[in-house]
Amino acid sequence: MVIVKLLKLQTRYIPLLATASVFAILYSIGLASFSHFGSLRVFVNLLGDNAFLGIAAIGATFVILSGGIDLSVGSVIACTSILMATLLEKGWVPATVISMALLFGICFGAAMGCLIHCFALPAFLVTLAGMFFARGLGFIIHPQALGINHPFFLNTIGDNLAIRLPHGVEFPFTASCFVVALLVAMAIAHMTVFGRNVYAVGGNEQAAKLMGVRIGSAKLMIYTLAGFFSALAGVVFTFYMQSGNPASCVGLELDAIAAVVIGGTLLSGGVGYLAGTFLGILVLGLIQTLITFHGDLNTWWTKIVIGMLVLVFILLQNLVTTMTKKGIAQ
Amino acid sequence: MIGNMEKQNTIFKDNLFTRLFWPLMALGLLLVFNLICTQGFFHIEVRDGHFYGTLLDILNHGSKVMVLAIGMTLVIATKGVDLSVGAVMAVAGAVAALLVGQVEHGWIFCDGFTLGGLVPLLNAHQLSWFLPVIAALLVSLVAGFWNALLVAGFRIQPIVATLVLMVAGRGIAQLITDGQIITFTNTGLVYLGNGYFLRVPVSVWIAMGVFTVVAILVRKTALGLFIESVGNNETASFYAGIHSKTIKGLTYVICGLCAGVAGLIASSNIKCADSNNAGLYLELDAILAVVIGGTSLNGGRFFLAGSIAGAILIQTLTTTMYARDVSPHVAAVPKALVIIMVCLMQSETFRNRAAGIFKRSRKRAWSL
Amino acid sequence: MDILEAKNIVKSFPGVKALSGVDFSVRPGEVHALMGENGAGKSTLVKIITGVYRQDDGEIFFNGRSINPGSTREAEACGISTVYQEVNLLPEMSVAENICLGRQPKLFGLIHWSAVRKRAVAALKRLELDLDVSRNLAYYSIAVQQLIAIARALDIDCKLLILDEPTSSLDAKEVDELFTVLGKLRAQGMAIIFITHFLDQVYQISDRITILRDGSKVGTFETSTLARLEMVGKMIGKDPEQVRDMDKKRKLRTSAGRDFLRAEHTGRTGMLFPMDLNIRAGEIIGLAGLLGSGRSETARMLFGVDPPDSGKLIIDGKETVNSSPGKAVSHGIALTAEDRTATGIIPDLTIRENIVLALQARAGILKTYTIKEQHALADTFIKALGIKTPDADQLTKHLSGGNQQKVLLARWLAMNPKLFMLDEPTRGIDVGAKAEIEKVMAELCDKGMAMLFISSEMEEVTRTCDRVVVLRDRRKIGEIAGEQISIQSIMNMIAE
Repeated sequence: MVIVKLLKLQTRYIPLLATASVFAILYSIGLASFSHFGSLRVFVNLLGDNAFLGIAAIGATFVILSGGIDLSVGSVIACTSILMATLLEKGWVPATVISMALLFGICFGAAMGCLIHCFALPAFLVTLAGMFFARGLGFIIHPQALGINHPFFLNTIGDNLAIRLPHGVEFPFTASCFVVALLVAMAIAHMTVFGRNVYAVGGNEQAAKLMGVRIGSAKLMIYTLAGFFSALAGVVFTFYMQSGNPASCVGLELDAIAAVVIGGTLLSGGVGYLAGTFLGILVLGLIQTLITFHGDLNTWWTKIVIGMLVLVFILLQNLVTTMTKKGIAQ
Repeated sequence: MIGNMEKQNTIFKDNLFTRLFWPLMALGLLLVFNLICTQGFFHIEVRDGHFYGTLLDILNHGSKVMVLAIGMTLVIATKGVDLSVGAVMAVAGAVAALLVGQVEHGWIFCDGFTLGGLVPLLNAHQLSWFLPVIAALLVSLVAGFWNALLVAGFRIQPIVATLVLMVAGRGIAQLITDGQIITFTNTGLVYLGNGYFLRVPVSVWIAMGVFTVVAILVRKTALGLFIESVGNNETASFYAGIHSKTIKGLTYVICGLCAGVAGLIASSNIKCADSNNAGLYLELDAILAVVIGGTSLNGGRFFLAGSIAGAILIQTLTTTMYARDVSPHVAAVPKALVIIMVCLMQSETFRNRAAGIFKRSRKRAWSL
Repeated sequence: MDILEAKNIVKSFPGVKALSGVDFSVRPGEVHALMGENGAGKSTLVKIITGVYRQDDGEIFFNGRSINPGSTREAEACGISTVYQEVNLLPEMSVAENICLGRQPKLFGLIHWSAVRKRAVAALKRLELDLDVSRNLAYYSIAVQQLIAIARALDIDCKLLILDEPTSSLDAKEVDELFTVLGKLRAQGMAIIFITHFLDQVYQISDRITILRDGSKVGTFETSTLARLEMVGKMIGKDPEQVRDMDKKRKLRTSAGRDFLRAEHTGRTGMLFPMDLNIRAGEIIGLAGLLGSGRSETARMLFGVDPPDSGKLIIDGKETVNSSPGKAVSHGIALTAEDRTATGIIPDLTIRENIVLALQARAGILKTYTIKEQHALADTFIKALGIKTPDADQLTKHLSGGNQQKVLLARWLAMNPKLFMLDEPTRGIDVGAKAEIEKVMAELCDKGMAMLFISSEMEEVTRTCDRVVVLRDRRKIGEIAGEQISIQSIMNMIAE
């Protein structure tokens, strides 16, 4: 009974606590097993290496919170990266190039949102088509990987925009972008009417409609926002790789979705926190880091562990939902 | 002719005819396009004792998606989806490749007498592909049961439930192959993906075989009726006394088995098991083939033949691109457009609006 | 002066005239109950007032001004708020958010959360509720959620509050709490429209009652002066004198066989109070009661859709548990449920497939009926029941409602059930077809089939049944057998 009471108290936060626990456990394992695991550098690298995935996961969180799904994320990242590389090669100014990339993401997302809402097409198929379209578009822009030689990308981002921390550690610009994007996204989700509408649409679309939420414009905005974040992830990815590659990030959308689910967001929508997604990204990154540190373990264990984690969290979500429903019935 | 709603939508009315009409039309257009623009597209000759030509290539390469689409049709008919088939393909291929090597090296000793009367007729070498194939199919069956348990047993959303195996499955495949690409030369296993029987590729025979078996299973027993009933209205089927949970679960098991077969063909094609790339994105092609073929994502009536047609359309599109020297990556763009067109044609909202515009322009023509 | 005055409202849908010239008015400071059986038009009337539909003819005056709301937002802007039966709020959001969604107080364009909380607390205070508004809505019981929904409705300076079946999921204590709140609101001058089918509650809380029937208004009455019997009569369209004239001598049927089904103290928490019921072979039992009294629930409970969680069920002498319809079917029970769209017809399957479905389900996957056998079966029933269709391969969704019902009947008749439960089987069927069906039923009962018959048309029940079980407010209140069966006696029992 006590447990039930405790659970009732924190139903909303249980998945978040669960993810935090997983993170804590994994981190402890790392600390116990490897000598330099607890260093600042390791943590900073964790953020920097996964920055682009994190930003993509932010966009995915909004979509999943509204009860939808976005399969186009990886392809949009690849497309924007090669777009940027090509434009830079042609001599465009970095500011314009970055703007073009973000504009592309916005238009792309809006187009998908329009098809999904206006014609009632399933989000799964529309974003699948978007995935194929963006992937092909990237190859049409430029069929091979293209390095970037612009000083802004090579020097400014690498050196000038990195924050210097103690112990000679640098906080990379990509990580800063991730953190800033996360904070802005959290503000949107919790402090704006649009953000609350996202939760409403995902929680119970019928009820939201009756409560006066404009479903159509909300959905359109959601996919446009997701497109923006995918493009932003592409920009950060280009900073990170210092090149554009139309063939990159295959299957990234799955990792993004995994991070969102592990972060406690329900795939049916309406429940979840961006903070959770942040923790989910850290967990994903931690697993990869642990395996790299181990050296002997092979990287495919990452996939199995992630798959099992996703399953555990889904079952946990089911359990919590059933318990809440039973609680009401009683 | 301003009549009731029925008449308004005659051109775009939703039934089997319209559902299959557009994909077959698209296929026809593609073939006509190739007839005009691509040299030798329809040319078939006999070479090395078998048929040879672009049309054959289409059937050959498309056989994997055809097999996947058959299983996927049943799952989608129950209002579900199976995203894990690509990963299961990889696992099946990995199991077969690994065991075939071990059997050949004598690590697994197959006792001829334990398998019954059939066995004394075959010698050890011939048997060496049999067990690995059976093992691979068993593993894919287990995968199917796993999905069935999650979806029908735990009532988890199908996208979510099969996502788990989609992610973990590839990892499992790599675990089996120890991260390597395992090659094999076993003639039996190689035959599956590269051999010819009566001048037609074996993979095509396999696809036709799977199609026939499943078609008989669903049309000659009550299974097809139950699947359509459960997919169309699960509550009413429950009230009628149908075990809807069992039916749903069964479709995932069959889908898993199909994925196993496709995985065997895939690894046989390249004579190795590549856990990273085997079946990559093929689940999406399979879903696309099913949707093109007329089965709605909302479940209910399904069309196995339609899914085959859809698979052929997708492969023809890919091959047409290839024949025009379009990179296979760029070919994704026309694929995307096809998906959107098909979805729009099947969307009632779109059809109503389109019919409205059509009627208005006809009215305008009349008034002139 | 009336706060709401609807004059001569007319509304038609394709094939159905939902409202034909209804007048309806509500005063400030009253609880006005709106009642009527199925198809009476009360939900249509409410939807017109709240802007979901637009009336074909007639006017609505609110506070003296003519209004014509085209959406719920517009109605809310006038001061009309609705709280629905299924609490249409967001369970995973906090109470404060649910109350303020769409109208959150803002600071520099961002939501001002402390103001949101204050506003929610104030809204709840109006109902003299003191809750932790930061908890999820789902944390609270349905009863409390309903009160929160009312708080939300009131938050926008509501002058007319419409409650659509608010007490369906509440227990007695929660109903009392709700009524206390309504009483306070009434004292503050709020006008409340209360849609319900619970007779006792109507007498408990309402000041006036408006009864609709078949799209017209039967009348508006002061609750204190309307006798229960009279009200029941008006609901079902029979006044006491009419009833006396109509009750003809009934043909007594030959006595029935032994017990086929015996339910001892079976009930289901939240759905039905425990009841005793027995059904004999060859007998026709009627379940009578007003809408919401629990008739369909009883049928569903016996059929295994919502199995009982108390008591015993004895079928053919053996104690059994019908945990699923499949199980019930194997014992020879059949049910055509009330909502044929949701629970009966498989729309995209053909008539033939729909008819054969239950038969095939019982036979299993492997043993199939040949197409010839299926067609023969389908044709037999198409003829016997008069199903209007060019052939058996038409999709069932294209049939009219009445013909769909016949297909459902055919499905179960093909099973040769020992107990056939029919829930509103003749709804939407023309008179001629009704007679055909009744004839078929009577023949089968003569051959030993037991039947449970649920209908809101009292004449049908009294005309055909050997015994009538009367239900009210989810419990069995009595039985009437043989000679005593008459509309009068049923009405008396309900009104007690």
